[in-house]
Amino acid sequence: MTLRYAGVDYDCRAGETVLDALLRQDVDASYSCRNGICLTCIMQCRDGAPPADSQKGIKDTLRLQGHFLPCLCTPRENLDCEPPNHGEIYGRATFREIEQLSPSICRVILEPATPLYYRAGQFINLRRADGMVRSYSLASVPALDKHLELHIKRLPRGEMSNWLFHRAEAGDSLEIHGPIGDCFYVPERPESPLLLIGNGSGLAPLIGIARDALASGHTGAIHLYHGTRHREGLYLDATLRALEGAHANFTYTPCVSGETGKSGRAENVAFAEHPALDGFRVYLCGYPPMVNAAQKTAYLMGANLDDIHADPFELRDLRLTSRD
Amino acid sequence: MSQSLFENIGGQPAVDAAVDLFYRKVLNDDRVSHYFDDADMDDQRAKQKSFLTMVFGGPNDYTGESLRDAHKDLVDDGLNDSHFDVVAVHLQNTLDELGVPANLVNQVMALAAGTRDDILNR
Repeated sequence: MTLRYAGVDYDCRAGETVLDALLRQDVDASYSCRNGICLTCIMQCRDGAPPADSQKGIKDTLRLQGHFLPCLCTPRENLDCEPPNHGEIYGRATFREIEQLSPSICRVILEPATPLYYRAGQFINLRRADGMVRSYSLASVPALDKHLELHIKRLPRGEMSNWLFHRAEAGDSLEIHGPIGDCFYVPERPESPLLLIGNGSGLAPLIGIARDALASGHTGAIHLYHGTRHREGLYLDATLRALEGAHANFTYTPCVSGETGKSGRAENVAFAEHPALDGFRVYLCGYPPMVNAAQKTAYLMGANLDDIHADPFELRDLRLTSRD
Repeated sequence: MSQSLFENIGGQPAVDAAVDLFYRKVLNDDRVSHYFDDADMDDQRAKQKSFLTMVFGGPNDYTGESLRDAHKDLVDDGLNDSHFDVVAVHLQNTLDELGVPANLVNQVMALAAGTRDDILNR
């Protein structure tokens, strides 16, 4: 099959996704999760409709303009596509504050040029002037916080994270796309217990969800487990302890897995303390192996699959470093 | 006129009651759970639902061909009669736990048995 991208013809093998075909032929296409979640690779079809299953998760206005996800699209006929409608997707935002919270985590406060209507726990894509795109979860709550808050983990070879840590300054601007994702607080059943489990900067969406739930008058217990390898990774320890002191139905359990005599991995500690999860809503944030295993465990322990919320996606920067 | 199997067994609510019981039994069984490791759980649960709807005699869009395609890679990976039997026992236990009368269980199990060759790609 022929794949025309930005006016140039490439070949696309049977069963190959549009993204894989372009990368194989050295096209510098943006991508991250390759799983239909992050929307980083979004493109637009010039004529004809892309397969419907490559448009899931894309908002209606973009879908009707033929936007689709090349990472999910295995064309059955020739396809003519181009980069997305930039003005429709991206809006400008300005850094208000960048503050280091721990040796490897910084807090970034962003002010969007036009208000962003989001739910706590969703994520946005940041696009730097050179076109590099990365996804970050929102830690802020629209009803409580004036600006957008992100927690950035510095990765050894992470281009965006190192730039945010060392180069970006208050007053600089970049572009954002979003909000994206299904991992957010659902105000139905305010009496149901919530189990929030996150590792590293996976805490960002969880603190947003917890504060959103508390502000929405959630009456059920809210249990938040934050896992890190070392104690210094508990970057919101004081904030969370204060939140625990202020709300009788909120508990915070820090879990340190990499030091002897400490508590162990967050998901293991959480499941040991809550052996029956019937009626719970469970939120999981972290890397796919943890999220996928914890999703299965939570289901087997009685949670409804529909009540387990997670946006597992692989960080592109992370893949550049060895995992183990 | 006798009612259909699907009506007798309780229709869609019976499927809804059975699907989590059944899927959890299968996932908890080390003899077969590894065949589900790479599957998206939401997709997989939806497939279990349509499979149960079919073997309960209800409206479904399963065909022999779709069952073959869905299991082809697993058969290449060693899926055989012993695994089919394990899952069949979980189905029977699910129905027993839900209090489905024995004559209806037998009809369901007969419909399930009829999928064996398609699932095992024979």
